[in-house]
Amino acid sequence: MTSKEYKTITDIKGPLVFLEKTEPVAYGEIVTIRLSDGSMKNGQVLDTSDDAVIVQVFEGTEAIDRQAGVKFLGDVFKLPVSRDLVGRILDGAGRPRDGGPDIVAEEKADIIGAAINPYSRQSPHDFIQTGVSAIDCCTTLVRGQKLPIFSASGLPHNDIALQIARQAKLKDSDEEFIVVFCAMGITAEEYNFFRTDLERTGALENAVLFVNLADDPAVERLITPRLALTAAEYLAFEHDYHVLVIYTDMTNYCDSLRQIGAAREEVPGRRGYPGYMYTDLAMLYERAGIVKGKKGSITQFPILTMPGDDITHPIPDLSGYITEGQIVISRELHQAGIYPPINVLPSLSRLMGGCIGEKTTRDDHKKVSDQMYAAYAEGRELRGLVAIVGEDALNERDLQLLKFSDIFEDKFLRQDRDEDRTIDETLDLCWNLMSSIDEKYLVRLDRELIDKYGQHTE
Amino acid sequence: MSNNEGVIYRISGPVVTATGIDARMYEVVRVGHEKLMGEVIEIHGEQSVIQVYEDTSGIRPGEPVLSTGQTLSVQLGPGLLTSIYDGIQRPLQTLEEVMGVFITRGVDADGLDLEKKWDFVATASAGDEVVGGQIIGTVQETETITHKIMVPPKSSGTIKSIDSGEFTVTETVCTLDDGTEIQMMQEWPVRHPRPYTQKYAPDTPLVTGMRILDFLFPLAKGGAAGIPGPFGSGKTVTQQSLAKYSDAQLVVYIGCGERGNEMTEVLDEFPGLIDPNTGKPLMNRTVMIANTSNMPVAAREASVYTGITIAEYFRDQGYDVALMADSTSRWAEAMREISSRLEEMPGEEGYPAYLSSRLAEFYERAGRVETLNGDDGSVTVIGAVSPPGGDISEPVSQGTLRIVKVFWGLDAGLARKRHFPAINWLNSYSLYPQSLNQWFRDNIASDFPEVRTEISALLKVEAELQEIVQLVGSDALPIDQQLTLEVARMIREYFLQQNGFDPVDAYSGVEQQYAMAKAILTFQDEAKKAMAAGARLQDVVNVPARTELMRARFAEGYLESIGGLVDDMVGEITGTVEAN
Ligand SMILES: Nc1ncnc2c1ncn2[C@@H]1O[C@H](COP(=O)(O)OP(=O)(O)OP(=O)(O)O)[C@@H](O)[C@H]1O
Ligand SMILES: [Mg+2]
Repeated sequence: MTSKEYKTITDIKGPLVFLEKTEPVAYGEIVTIRLSDGSMKNGQVLDTSDDAVIVQVFEGTEAIDRQAGVKFLGDVFKLPVSRDLVGRILDGAGRPRDGGPDIVAEEKADIIGAAINPYSRQSPHDFIQTGVSAIDCCTTLVRGQKLPIFSASGLPHNDIALQIARQAKLKDSDEEFIVVFCAMGITAEEYNFFRTDLERTGALENAVLFVNLADDPAVERLITPRLALTAAEYLAFEHDYHVLVIYTDMTNYCDSLRQIGAAREEVPGRRGYPGYMYTDLAMLYERAGIVKGKKGSITQFPILTMPGDDITHPIPDLSGYITEGQIVISRELHQAGIYPPINVLPSLSRLMGGCIGEKTTRDDHKKVSDQMYAAYAEGRELRGLVAIVGEDALNERDLQLLKFSDIFEDKFLRQDRDEDRTIDETLDLCWNLMSSIDEKYLVRLDRELIDKYGQHTE
Repeated sequence: MSNNEGVIYRISGPVVTATGIDARMYEVVRVGHEKLMGEVIEIHGEQSVIQVYEDTSGIRPGEPVLSTGQTLSVQLGPGLLTSIYDGIQRPLQTLEEVMGVFITRGVDADGLDLEKKWDFVATASAGDEVVGGQIIGTVQETETITHKIMVPPKSSGTIKSIDSGEFTVTETVCTLDDGTEIQMMQEWPVRHPRPYTQKYAPDTPLVTGMRILDFLFPLAKGGAAGIPGPFGSGKTVTQQSLAKYSDAQLVVYIGCGERGNEMTEVLDEFPGLIDPNTGKPLMNRTVMIANTSNMPVAAREASVYTGITIAEYFRDQGYDVALMADSTSRWAEAMREISSRLEEMPGEEGYPAYLSSRLAEFYERAGRVETLNGDDGSVTVIGAVSPPGGDISEPVSQGTLRIVKVFWGLDAGLARKRHFPAINWLNSYSLYPQSLNQWFRDNIASDFPEVRTEISALLKVEAELQEIVQLVGSDALPIDQQLTLEVARMIREYFLQQNGFDPVDAYSGVEQQYAMAKAILTFQDEAKKAMAAGARLQDVVNVPARTELMRARFAEGYLESIGGLVDDMVGEITGTVEAN
């Protein structure tokens, strides 16, 4: 399409360019900007009227002047999709980054994505075994779920995400996931870590990478996850793949959102983030799921780092309000040398109830998980009391629970980065560890289960 | 001369400005070549500002805007029950048939099936004088609900003709002397409360089957309750539990800006569930509205009005209706989002200055009323609130608490301890007990209010004692206080905790609640007696019959067995004296 080039820029502010006197421009339309040195930038229309147009420039407005030429491309942002995406590495705007050819489109898909009709969804209920005991036993991941990792800077969330990407499978099945990996503002070092690992394990052949690094344009980050999810939807719903989308770091995404809001002089919500951040995040997270009549699925594993380790910060807070649970990484456990340092107490998988039990995992899973959780929670609380009154003030039961909390961390949580435990191994381990507590204190287990699985010695 | 066609001047997200159109406030308009549905929300001289209920990407200035002369309305009549709608009453099933699994745009759909024939039974006859709201016939809409066909609120006169038979909702079933034709379908503008004769003070509880709610913090039929709580604390599980088990005759469930999978869960689960109050499938009494978080925000804003108008319509037929809105915070955020696009002067935390009045207007649509035809009907409203960071000092929580009379405060700490429902018994409240006490005395037990007082007093004492225990450990307390702690623990673990997913425990009738509370007090009395006679606290607490009494609540028929179990417990406690 040939379109007219406008040289009517009036204002430039932050990542935004303001123009006047254009033909009617569509809301959301894609824009190219030609700078005086001939270089090009890309953008998208955020506001349009007869008199003025506001464009958000993905690469930032550096070096743009009022003489720059602006072209409207007549369409909203679309990603060329094809089966050939698999195995490719693309940049944050969807261009090849691996030196390979352009993607030959089977179809061009609107990256905003349409909402799944709630009537057309199917409830997720297939257990995914991650091989990580803390997750499989206590915050079970379900195919089609959106389950974020709430982490913080300096914690090994990337290792955990990679371990899950490597090990995740349906129980008793070799069916593999396609991994769609979406990097938003992470460092080159972190990215190399992911790439090398995916390469080493051969997973790269079954992955699509969208990569926006820390020194790539910040505003581009707003489209990167949309590209990744568009690719995921195409692979899941047109080609029947089970797709695992890992995106990191949502915190950088949200910061870009805040930057646009500030440049538009919008009334900010909490801590300067835009009031529509909930809706914006939901438009990403809700793209997880399973729909009627399609074989594939999208499971989302977003990673975010909590600023100041604060779970009430708007980024984890609004995420938690949308996702179906969360896995919380603990600095305290990390400092105690435990990997994976998952704090099961604030962690939750809301879809777990419907996917565990005799038919899917094992008949004792629910009760074992409840009992492990309860005993650990109480043991952890007792640590606080002991710090004040000393161990002498504890009765027999409390002493056992206190000890159990250490065993839980050392034997149950702790595992190697390539240790892939089956759900049976995990549950057997639980019984083994719970044998350090007298049966009469294990009130959440019933007699039949204790007789069947119990490892107490007389 | 008025002009009903104009053009788009500006587009900013869900807000579109049009010129050249003479629209009225809250009029429905059609925007762009695709005729997207929108509503006029502000008029500035020549310009009409429109909130659009569908995605506006790709729309350009200069495209046409058509006015329709209608305000945003819902279609009311047979066919509402068992339906699931989006925020502007488009049936999601129809949308799936037309668009497939993803919701695209530019599709209109009627709220009611206009083709379906219903068996209309006239209950009025020619020559009858009728007024607005009067019932002139019925349709057996589902097994449990008889849909009553009413004269529209603003019509009245003498019936010229009326016929029983098979009709669609748009066919005339009744004609008045002045020529007015009455169909089974009425339309009503969602932003206007439907009229009634007068409001009554509530005097009957909405029995929910949740012990902590009915027993400690009861909600009246026609009352309003707020459930604030941080993420993952149990708002949705509580609301769904109310939708399943409360003794309302009809339920309107609004998923407002929340998860798609939660609505799917309701759709999967409800058809197979039996209403404990009628023994019939739950779906028969349910209307659902699902405008999930990723669906257009303007339609999210409209969804609560669509829902409450449907609730009022059934109230007018003399039904007790319960409405759940999960979550009103997402509704408020939709208002905030639209308001900021309008560049309105923001109030607290960016919310529009009219936030609290909108909240108040919404909750005011709850109530127990005398309907226009002299019947008694009610709308009970239960709104979830999702405060950022769980801190209820924010505007939506505060605006809600100023209006509702019942506050069920969910607590992250309890949820983390897996104490469910995680309703904090120390800061929750209900202002209804006074008006409901008579009902409890007449229908459950003459000392019901006194038993409640005793139970809540024990919980308060426990909270005070716990502060001391934190410092010195429980062994340092005198023995009678240690007993109090055990009794309070029994209240928490046996009475307050209730597993929303356990098929038996999830619902507890009020009689059973009372019996359980009495069992706890019996334990306390017997333990005191036994200890006065020399028994040890440890032995009293550990009698197996008490464990059995507590455990048996997960088995069917608990109400019948509880008397025997209490007798066993008393026997064993008495036995602990001799053992010493
Ligand atoms: N009454 C209950 N019985 C058993 N489990 C419960 C109960 N209430 C809550 N839970 C547990 O807590 C989880 C979260 O509850 P729920 O989804 O209702 O939270 P919410 O307050 O609606 O959160 P959000 O604001 O994020 O929607 C559930 O998935 C379930 O595991
Ligand atoms: Mg919820």
